[in-house]
This record gives sequence, C-alpha cells and structure tokens, in this order.
Amino acid sequence: MNNLIILKNFLSTLSLLAFLAIWQGLAVYLNSNTLPTPETVAKVFWEGCVSGQLPFHLGVTLLRLVASFSIAMLLGCAIGIVLGRNKKLDAFFDNWLVIFLNVPALVTIILCYVWFGLVESAAILAVVINKLPNVIVTIREGTRTLDQDLLDMARCYRFSKRKTLIHVIWPQLHPFVMGATRSGLALIWKIILVVELLGRSNGMGYQLHMFFQLFDVASILAYTIAFVSVIQLIEFTILKPLDKKSQRWRR
Amino acid sequence: MTDIQININSKTYPTATKPSIANFQLSLKSGEFVCLVGPSGCGKTTLLNIVSGLDNDYDGDILVGQQHTHPKIGYIFQNPRLLPWRTVRENIELVLDGNQASDSMDSMLDVMQLTQSQHVYPERLSLGMSRRVSIIRAFAVDPDVLLMDEPFVSLDAPTARQVRDLLLKLWQQRPHTVLFVTHDLREAIALADRLIFLSAAPMQVISEITVPIARSERHNERAIESFRQKLIHDHPKIKQLL
Repeated sequence: MNNLIILKNFLSTLSLLAFLAIWQGLAVYLNSNTLPTPETVAKVFWEGCVSGQLPFHLGVTLLRLVASFSIAMLLGCAIGIVLGRNKKLDAFFDNWLVIFLNVPALVTIILCYVWFGLVESAAILAVVINKLPNVIVTIREGTRTLDQDLLDMARCYRFSKRKTLIHVIWPQLHPFVMGATRSGLALIWKIILVVELLGRSNGMGYQLHMFFQLFDVASILAYTIAFVSVIQLIEFTILKPLDKKSQRWRR
Repeated sequence: MTDIQININSKTYPTATKPSIANFQLSLKSGEFVCLVGPSGCGKTTLLNIVSGLDNDYDGDILVGQQHTHPKIGYIFQNPRLLPWRTVRENIELVLDGNQASDSMDSMLDVMQLTQSQHVYPERLSLGMSRRVSIIRAFAVDPDVLLMDEPFVSLDAPTARQVRDLLLKLWQQRPHTVLFVTHDLREAIALADRLIFLSAAPMQVISEITVPIARSERHNERAIESFRQKLIHDHPKIKQLL
C-alpha cells in the first residue's frame, strides 16, 4: 500500500520533470522569442508577484469566477430539480434549454455588453448565462434518477419538504452536483477570460490581451501557470475533501 | 390507539381494464395483529399503499376512529428502504419529530440486538439487520397502524425466524395494530390474531379466521402445522390460494 503511494508520487514528479525538460530542450533548440525557457518564465512570474500585478489581476478574475459560479450553481440546481420533478414544465422549457445550450459563448458575451454596457454586472451575467444551461441539464438528469422508493418512504413517514430535500434528495444529487462543479469551473474560467478580454480593464483576460499585443509570451505563460495552479489548489483543498466526506457511507 | 375501518369500493390502475380491488371491507381492532394471506399479485401491496396514503387514486374511504383521515402509519417495506447515507441511528431519528424520547429508541435497539451497530451505515448491514432497523423505525413513530409488506421475504429460514421472534417481542412490549401481508400461511399463523384470506384480482375477502393458538404456543412448530392442516381441510377455498 505504502509502496504504491510512493511509486505514484515518484511517477507524477517524474512526469512533471520530463515536461519541463522537453520544454527547456525545445526552447534552447529553437532559441526564439516566442518560446522562452522555463527559467525566464519563472523570473517573469516572480517579478509579477513582487510588483503585485499578477496577484491583483488573478484576484479580480477569481472574484468574478466565484460570483458567477455561485449564481450559476444555485440557480441551476433549483431549476434543475424543479424540471426534473415536473414533467409539464420540463416539456415547456426543454426548447429554451436547447437554444441556450447551443448559443456560442462569444455571442452571449457580445450581446450582454451591447445591451447592458461594458459593466461588471454584464460580464457576470454573460458568464452565468453560458454556464447555467449545463448545470440545469446535469441536475435535471440527476433528479430523474431519484429513487422513488426512498421518496415514498419519506412521504409515509411524513417528512417535511425541507427534510426530504436535505436527507433524501440532496445526497442522491451529490455526484451530479460535483460533476457540474468540476465541468463548471473548467468552462467558466475559460469564458471569463474572453469576457475580460472583450470588455473589462482588469483581470487575467485583459492582461493576456495586453501581452498578446506586445508579443510577451513569457508573461502569458507565467499567468497561465498561476491560473492552472489556483484551479488545482481548489480541486485539492475544496473539491476532493468534499467528495471524500460525502462518500464516507459507501463501502 | 383506535379502531380502523377500510372501505375500498374499487381501485383500478389507469392502464388496467379491470379493477385490482373491488368491494373490499376490513376493520382492524385496536392492538390487533391481522395477517392478509393471498396469492402473489392479488393487490396486497396496492392495499397497503392506499392505507398508507401513498396511493390516493381510489374510490372508498378510511376511518380512524370516527374520523375520515389517513392513519399515522409505520411502514415496513419489502426492501428496508433505509437512507444509505445516514447511520442506523440517524435513519431512526429522522422519522421522529425531534424531541421524542431517545431512551425508548435505545431500548428498541437493545431488543432488536442492534445497539452495537447503531452508528454503522446501512450498506455494511446484512439484510436481516436492515430489516430489523426498518422495524424499529416503524415502531418509533408510534403509529395508528403498522403496515408490513412481506418483511421476511428473501431471508434464509433461521434469519427469518429470528427476525420474526424479535418482531413479536417488540410488538408485545409496544402493542400496536398491525396489518401484515404475506403469502406464507405458516408465518401468518405464527404471527396473527386473525387471518384474512384474499382472492386473486379483483381482490376480495374470501374468509376471516381467528387463530386460537395462545401466544405462548406460537413458537411450537407442530401446533402451527396442525392448525394449518386443519385450515386447509376445513376450507377447501383456501387450499386453492396456496
């Protein structure tokens, strides 16, 4: 058991080192401005941290991520549960869902900015509209698979609506919520960058746009690494422990 | 506790052409243990679902005492239907209103030999143990009537017998009106004050028989078997059902 963990850690460290080595080799071989060495990127990263620029823009983007993610998940879970439990509403709104699922992200972003102006709320709204249909569909599917036997049991024993939701429905939806969370984080942070690029004057997307105009690849890579690390951190400090806690009853 | 009167004029499922239950009357005296015996598929579970209030799509009424209302029920399902993400104790506590005495729960756990397992999640329990938990849960709400839908089915014989004895022990400590569904006549004789024999669909009462065997004699296999032989001999109609 212990040996297996050591081997796993060893392999994942090895794969990271191999990645860096290939990067370094390529950069030295090509000797081009468009592919800086890991060392240069690390230097730029450090300078960005010291000057406070990188944490500031990263922080702004993360705030937008938290806001739009929370709104999309809350609304999406509520609507998803209702549609999953009510066949008539579901039949009515199904078309809307399909439409919103298939509107390109760029279109919603442009329309939000055109209709509501280049303001923060328009930016958040654009992200929410992009993510919401995905959450609804996932949670709706989850709600459809709810165990009718357990719901009947809850009715027999006169559980209140609240009790039924907390103790009977929510635990069954948990895997679907976690799925929506993971796919949601991945989707939202990509969309947020586009939103910022098009209509905000701070955040990662705005900075990346600036670096693109200056052809500053080292900075682009430094910001990317910072962002990927933060998402990984969220996975390991929040999502994984949540998973573990909610799965404790399984054999 | 009060008497319960069940009248079902007819119950027809939307997709069916003929009714599952027709002209069905049954009265349960307070504290009485009644076994419904009938062929499988005759509508026994449908009847329990109507009494429990899960199925409201029928023509008829249910009287608790003098009132037209749904009785407070404890339902022991064929599958235990425990919440797998809650421990044994939490599963029982959930049906309580919060401030009911937990010492009565401790004593029930003790009678059902589950004190050791009260903080275990249901997936780690055997089927027999899960059934015992669902029995405690049903008693815990102090119901007007306990509904039991073949709660010993698919247990091996010794386990079924053990759970049955524990159920009787708990029931004698806490008398409740019981409506027990089975297609096993021996089991019915061992448990019931009164046997109700049911026809195939549309379900009707064929005959009602009081079991004269004293409670202290119920563990005696021979007494039960001889009563069963006598029943079948005296009531040829019953024989066709079994």
